[in-house]
Amino acid sequence: MMRAILIVLAFLAAPAFAVQPDEMLADPAQEARARAITITLRCPVCQGESIDDSNAPISRDLRLLVRERILAGDSDAQVVDYVVARYGEFVLFKPRTTGSGLALWLAGPLMLLAGGALAFGVLRRRQAAPEAPPLSPEEQARIDALLPK
Amino acid sequence: MIIELGHFAAILAFMVALVQTAVPLWGAYARDGRLMAVAGSAAIAQAGLIAISFAALTYGFVVSDFSLKLVVDNSQTAKPLLYKITGVWGNHEGSLLLWALSLAVFGAAAAVWGGNLTPTLRARVLAVQGSIGAAFLAFMLFTSNPFLRLAEPPMNGADLNPLLQDPGLAFHPPFLYLGYVGLSMSFSFAVAALLEGRVDAAWGRWVRPWTLAAWVFLTIGIAMGSWWAYYELGWGGFWFWDPVENASFMPWLIGTALLHSAIVVEKRESLKAWTILLAILAFGFSLMGTFIVRSGVITSVHSFASDPARGMFILLILAFFMGGALTLFAARAHILASKGVFSMVSRESALVANNLLLSVSAFVVFVGTMWPLFVELAFGQKISVGAPFFDAAFTPFMVVLALILPIGAIMPWKRGEMRRSILPLRGAIVLALAALALTYAVQTGTSAVGPIGALLGLWVVAGAVLDLAQRTGRSGGGGARFGRMLRLPRADFGRVIAHIGFGVTVFAVAGITTWVREEIRAVNIGGNFMLGQYEVTLVNVSEVQGPNYIATRAEMRVMRGDEEIAVLYPERRIYPVAGMPTTEAAIHRRFMDDIYLVIGDPQAAGGFAVRGYVKPFANWIWAGSILMSLGGLLSLTDRRFRMAAGAKQPKAALQPAE
Repeated sequence: MMRAILIVLAFLAAPAFAVQPDEMLADPAQEARARAITITLRCPVCQGESIDDSNAPISRDLRLLVRERILAGDSDAQVVDYVVARYGEFVLFKPRTTGSGLALWLAGPLMLLAGGALAFGVLRRRQAAPEAPPLSPEEQARIDALLPK
Repeated sequence: MIIELGHFAAILAFMVALVQTAVPLWGAYARDGRLMAVAGSAAIAQAGLIAISFAALTYGFVVSDFSLKLVVDNSQTAKPLLYKITGVWGNHEGSLLLWALSLAVFGAAAAVWGGNLTPTLRARVLAVQGSIGAAFLAFMLFTSNPFLRLAEPPMNGADLNPLLQDPGLAFHPPFLYLGYVGLSMSFSFAVAALLEGRVDAAWGRWVRPWTLAAWVFLTIGIAMGSWWAYYELGWGGFWFWDPVENASFMPWLIGTALLHSAIVVEKRESLKAWTILLAILAFGFSLMGTFIVRSGVITSVHSFASDPARGMFILLILAFFMGGALTLFAARAHILASKGVFSMVSRESALVANNLLLSVSAFVVFVGTMWPLFVELAFGQKISVGAPFFDAAFTPFMVVLALILPIGAIMPWKRGEMRRSILPLRGAIVLALAALALTYAVQTGTSAVGPIGALLGLWVVAGAVLDLAQRTGRSGGGGARFGRMLRLPRADFGRVIAHIGFGVTVFAVAGITTWVREEIRAVNIGGNFMLGQYEVTLVNVSEVQGPNYIATRAEMRVMRGDEEIAVLYPERRIYPVAGMPTTEAAIHRRFMDDIYLVIGDPQAAGGFAVRGYVKPFANWIWAGSILMSLGGLLSLTDRRFRMAAGAKQPKAALQPAE
């Protein structure tokens, strides 16, 4: 009876729980490679989850697909290309550095350069700005008189 | 009846906010003291009215008034009282009311404690604050009214999203809102200063406590959200670079920059225009955050209420306030001449570097968050930008920031010498390098992230401690120096503690990312598996009935050798009314690491899927955040702010020499 309830509950909760034990590869090195790839691939139907985290059936299919390709002897890049060829660049959490992606990757460094150059220019001008003229002896004497020793 | 009173109060608050905007602005322009004086009472009245409105809505939730549409959609009778109350802001309409409330409370606080501001500045600050209030109240009343009634009330409601029924998340939005809204005060001060055409040390001193308070709230809010994600989402992640997380992180980054540049305005009367710009942008990012969350334009797990019309309205608010403020800035910034002169090697320059790194890192987060939207609009392609991008593109900025922090913190104002600022830190350098070598030698993998995190963390922490030691001077023995340390201003302690917190968080984030251990297994009842050095046994699985959920609960024993470490009860819950499953991980929290267990689906071959993690330094992430907020709080209680806010100080003493 208990078992039946649990199964019903499990069914109610239906697909849950990311990577399943039965999906995993026997070889730990290959499995580690698979995990490293699946955390960078986006679930095509979810809201911003990787296929590694996602509970959607399609993510399970993709996880299995990645492992299939690894078993077939693909390199990591080949596996990713294989998935992108079928599902588009949408699945890449880390956009490619080609085309529009290049602008994204360069945005930060370029902004840093521009901001750095601007800041450097301002700092140099600040430095060049005339200092307040030094105090005359009379002024110094007045300050000495005012300040407690 | 009570609900209608709340509704009327909200409408009245909107009217009052309009008055608060228009009359004092005119008064400040015409130099009419009576018109300017309206600002204070209007700000207090607005806060009072919204408080009434908020109380009425809370009442509706507590008594489960199902004639209110909002209550029907987000509550039900069997829900625990705590979540009935937090359900008030666990939805779009209610959270807007909370936003308006925080906005008005900040405005009222400025009205009460702003007695020593010059009358025109005070009037203008409150007027700008009032205009933001009016915009958000209009948004709420016209597009998302929480007080709408149903003609035929149902018997029960649809329940609150079960993920939100959690103490960590219940108080996460109010803190974030206080943070977002606190930045509105900095914004109001910035716009008022532009209208005045004057920014001086006194302005820096007035604006800093508000920024500091906002920053403390934001820090707590973000930390709470991340803490919640860690234990609730079931795989122990603490930060996902989700658009909505980024939405809260960008104002935090800019707010942090603002906090530091306002010091330069206060102490050295430099970087004025830049500080004003940061104050405008910080609130701009807060509005942007609201837009991202509320419009659902960028899909995210967080946008539980999203609607294009609402998105449009927020975009208009954003365009109005940012467009207006930035135009004003462009027109008036040149009159904000800076006074202080400083050399390339000085604390001013170090703070400029801090600002540059923080703003550019915020820019990277911004570009990464908006990129998919931009590419889709411009090129019609659907692409994604996720955690791997942000990890790679954002992290370097934090590394450099952590590297320069200790040196900048002890660098003297105006003119410093590299050698003399690095020399006192030689102890920290040795310690940090030792940490790098040690962690690299001990760890099993070859990842450099963990050891570098250890290097940076220890460098920042030891640097902060030496910073404090440095402040006690050189003369006298240990006793004399200790005595001097105790007499240091609280702002010094605040700075040191906040910097230590930053170092701790940097180290913890690197550590947990690199040294986590994970096991995913199918385990039969009575079976066991090894998780690192621990042996985990699945003792039993049973069904449990909760107040508004049913759970599958596993009993799991964790042993190390013959010693029992813990018995944990991870659960999977189903909330029948909301029809949603959640995972409740069981976590054995310890100083050095957490043992984190999750129970999964029954397996076809028998047994259950089980996930186990050992998460090193998990608690340190939030301990670091708590230290950062604590540092902020300590600074906030510094004598000079109490004087600046000060009711009891004689007026004459408050005018800083110029």
